[in-house]
Amino acid sequence: MPVDIPKDKWPGAVRTITLGATPAEGGTRARTVTVGGEKALPYMHFEAEMPYRPVIALEIKDRRPDDWSPLLLEEWGEAASDPASWAKAAEAAGADLLVLALSLTGADGQPTTPAAAVAAAKAVLAASGLPLIVFGPGQAEADNTLLLAVAEATKGERLALGICEDKNYRTIVAAALANDHLVTARTPMDVNLAKQLNILISDMGLPLDRILMDPTTGALGYGIEYGYSVMERLRLAALQGDAMTQFPMIVTPGFEAWKAKEAKVGQGVPAEWGNWRERAITWETLTAVTLLESGADIVVLRHPESVRRVRAAIDDLMTAPVTA
Amino acid sequence: MALSGIQIYKLLPQTNCKDCGYPTCLAFAMKLAAKQAELSSCPHVSEEAKAQLSEAAEPPIRLVTLQADGHEIKVGNETVLFRHEKKFFNKPGLFIRVRDTDPAEDIRAQVAAADSYRVNYVGMALSLDGFAVEATSGDPGAFASAISAVRAASARPLILISRDPAVMAAGLRAIDGESPLICGADAANWQAMAELARQHNAPLAVLGNSLDELAELTEKIKETGVKDLVLDHGARSLGAALIRQTQIRRLALKQNFRPLGFPIIAFAGNDAPGGQAVMAAQAIAKYAGFVVLDSFAPETVYPLLVLRENIYTDPQKPIQVQPALYEINNPSPEDPVLVTTNFSITYFSVANEVESSGLPAWLLVTDAEGMSVLTAWAAGKFDAERIAKAVKGFNVADKVSRKRLVLPGHVAVLSGELEEELPGWEIRVGPREAVDLPAFMKQAL
Repeated sequence: MPVDIPKDKWPGAVRTITLGATPAEGGTRARTVTVGGEKALPYMHFEAEMPYRPVIALEIKDRRPDDWSPLLLEEWGEAASDPASWAKAAEAAGADLLVLALSLTGADGQPTTPAAAVAAAKAVLAASGLPLIVFGPGQAEADNTLLLAVAEATKGERLALGICEDKNYRTIVAAALANDHLVTARTPMDVNLAKQLNILISDMGLPLDRILMDPTTGALGYGIEYGYSVMERLRLAALQGDAMTQFPMIVTPGFEAWKAKEAKVGQGVPAEWGNWRERAITWETLTAVTLLESGADIVVLRHPESVRRVRAAIDDLMTAPVTA
Repeated sequence: MALSGIQIYKLLPQTNCKDCGYPTCLAFAMKLAAKQAELSSCPHVSEEAKAQLSEAAEPPIRLVTLQADGHEIKVGNETVLFRHEKKFFNKPGLFIRVRDTDPAEDIRAQVAAADSYRVNYVGMALSLDGFAVEATSGDPGAFASAISAVRAASARPLILISRDPAVMAAGLRAIDGESPLICGADAANWQAMAELARQHNAPLAVLGNSLDELAELTEKIKETGVKDLVLDHGARSLGAALIRQTQIRRLALKQNFRPLGFPIIAFAGNDAPGGQAVMAAQAIAKYAGFVVLDSFAPETVYPLLVLRENIYTDPQKPIQVQPALYEINNPSPEDPVLVTTNFSITYFSVANEVESSGLPAWLLVTDAEGMSVLTAWAAGKFDAERIAKAVKGFNVADKVSRKRLVLPGHVAVLSGELEEELPGWEIRVGPREAVDLPAFMKQAL
C-alpha cells in the first residue's frame, strides 16, 4: 500500500552564521564553523536538506576550576591548569570549537582582571586554530569589563561573546560591533524573552548573522523539559517565519548536567544510581542529544567521552537516508 | 479524527423523524459532533453508517494495553506531536531484552535485578516495565525454557520475539493463559502470527521495512480480527528511526491514517550510535510506545526513567515538590533558613546550588501552588503572610537557635512586612538567582 508521506512546507528558515575568521578574513583561525540554515525540523532530511551539521564545543576555563566534578578534573588532568594546554587537549578530544569560560576570581580569590582574561583568550587562540566562544563569569558587571577587554584584544576573530543578557547586552553588543565579533544572547527559558532580547540586540545595529541565541536549558532531571519545549517552540516560530527567532541555538548541556548531583558526585549517593562515571557521561550525553533533537545547533560539553558519543549520534542523524 | 457535524449529518437518514429527541437530523448531528449525544438514540441509522461513525470516534493512535499479574502498561492514544501543544499521555514501556541463548542462571539473575530495580526521583519510585525474550536460538524448547526462567524471576509483562510461528507457539505455551506482546508478524509469517495473537488474545507487533509495507500488513492483519497492533518500522539507526517515528506519528495525527494508527516499538541496541541510552532517549522523546533495551544497568536505566518522567510531564501543570523544611548538607541550629517556592525547577535550582556548595542550610519550601518566585509573588501566592505561615507550620523556630531567614532577591520588597509577621527573626535579602547563592552564603552569612 503506497503511503503518501506528508511533508511540512515552511515559509521560514534559520539564519546561517559563521564563527571564527581565517587569516584571509581578518582573523587567525585555522578554520571556521558554520551553523544554522535549517528549513525543516531537526533531521527531517526528507523535507529539506540540513545544510550544516550541529557542532560540539568543549568548555575550558581560564584557570583550574574549583567547582568542577573530580571526574572532569581527573579526565583533563594537568591540562586543566593551563588554558593553552586545555585548548589543545580539547581540540584533540574532537571539539569543533571551544568555549573559554572566564572565572569570576583568580586562584588567589581576587576578581579576574581584564588583563588576565585577555591573556587567557590570547593563549587559547595561539594554542588552537578552532573558532572560539568566550563566556564571562555570568555576573553582568564582571562580564562587561572582561568581555570588552577580550573583544578589543581579539578584534577581527569573529569570536562569539557571552553571556549577553537583558542586563548587559548594550556593552557586549557594542564590543562585538566595534571588533567584528558575534554575541550569544541568553534568556531564561522563555520564547518571548528570547525574541525580545534578539530585537533589542538587532536594534543596536548588530547584523543578524552575528547573533546566536541561548534559550537556556535545564539538565536531565532538572528542568530539561522546559528548555526542550521552549527550543521546539522557538524553532517552530523560526520556520513559520518569525524573523526574531531565526537564529541558531547554542545550549550548555555540559554546564547543566555536571551541576547535577547525578553527574557531579560519586559518594553519598543512592546505590540505584549505578556506576558514577558511566552515569555522569550518560547524564551529559542524554541532555545534549535530547536538546539536539529539539533544535540545538551548538552544544557545549565538558567530558571527552560525551563528545565522542554525541558526535556518533550527530553523524548518524545527519546521514539518515533522505527517503527513509 | 473527529468528524464535523456536517460529515455526520451525511451519514444519518436525514428524515427529521425526531425519534432521537432532537428536532432535526442536523441538530442531532451537531450534538453527536459535540459528543453530547449517543448514536444509539437514532433507531434508523444504517449499519454502514454506524461502522463509519464508530471508526471515526476511535483515537488516531490505538491504545494498546499489556498486562501481567497486576502489572499493566498502556501505550498509544497520543494526541499531539509536540508536548507543549497539550501533553504526552502514556509513558512508553521500558523493557529489557534477554536471549534464549543466555544461560538460564544469567537470565534469572539479570531479570531478578531489573525486576526489583526501584529508584527515587523527586519523591517518585520509578521502575522498569517488563522483559523482551528473544528466540535467538531458533529452537522452540530453548525459547520456552528461557521464557519460563524469566517468568520465574519476574511477574511483569513480556514481549516475545521470534519470526517463526512454531517457535512463537512454543513460547506462548510456556506462559499459557497470558497475553504477551507477540513480536512479531512480517510479510512472510503474518497469517500464522495473527492466528496466534487471536488464540491468545495478545497484541501483535508488525514489522515492515518501509511504511508502505507496514501499512499493507496492518490492513491485512486487521481483517483477521486482530486489532491491538504495534508497529516495528525496522529502522535501527538513530536518524532513520527518528524520521520513521515522526512520519508515523504525523500520518496518524494529522491525516488520521488508520493503517499506521498504532503505538511504535523501538529497539535500542548496544551498538546504536552513541550507545543504547542515546537510542532509547530518542525513542522516549520521539514517539515510541515500547522501548526495548539490550541490557540492564542502573546507570543507564536511571537517566532514561528520569527522561521519561520529564518528557511526559504536563507542561501546563508543573511538577511541584512537597512544601516542607528541607535539610541540606546536615544543617545545625546555627545555620541560615533559605526560603523558596514549591515549583520543582525553582526548588531544584536552589537545592542543587546549595548542595553543591557544601554549605549547610535549612531550605523552607512554601506552598506557592507550584509557581516560581516571581510568578508566585505576582499572583499573590508568595507573600509575607504565606512565608510566615510556613515558618510557623513547619516549626522552624524549634529547629534553629539563630533565627535568620533569607528571602529570594526578587522579593526583597517583602522584607519589611515579614519582619512584622515574624518578630524576633532577622530577615535577610539574598541574591535573585540561585546560582549566586553559594557566593552570598560564603560572603554575607
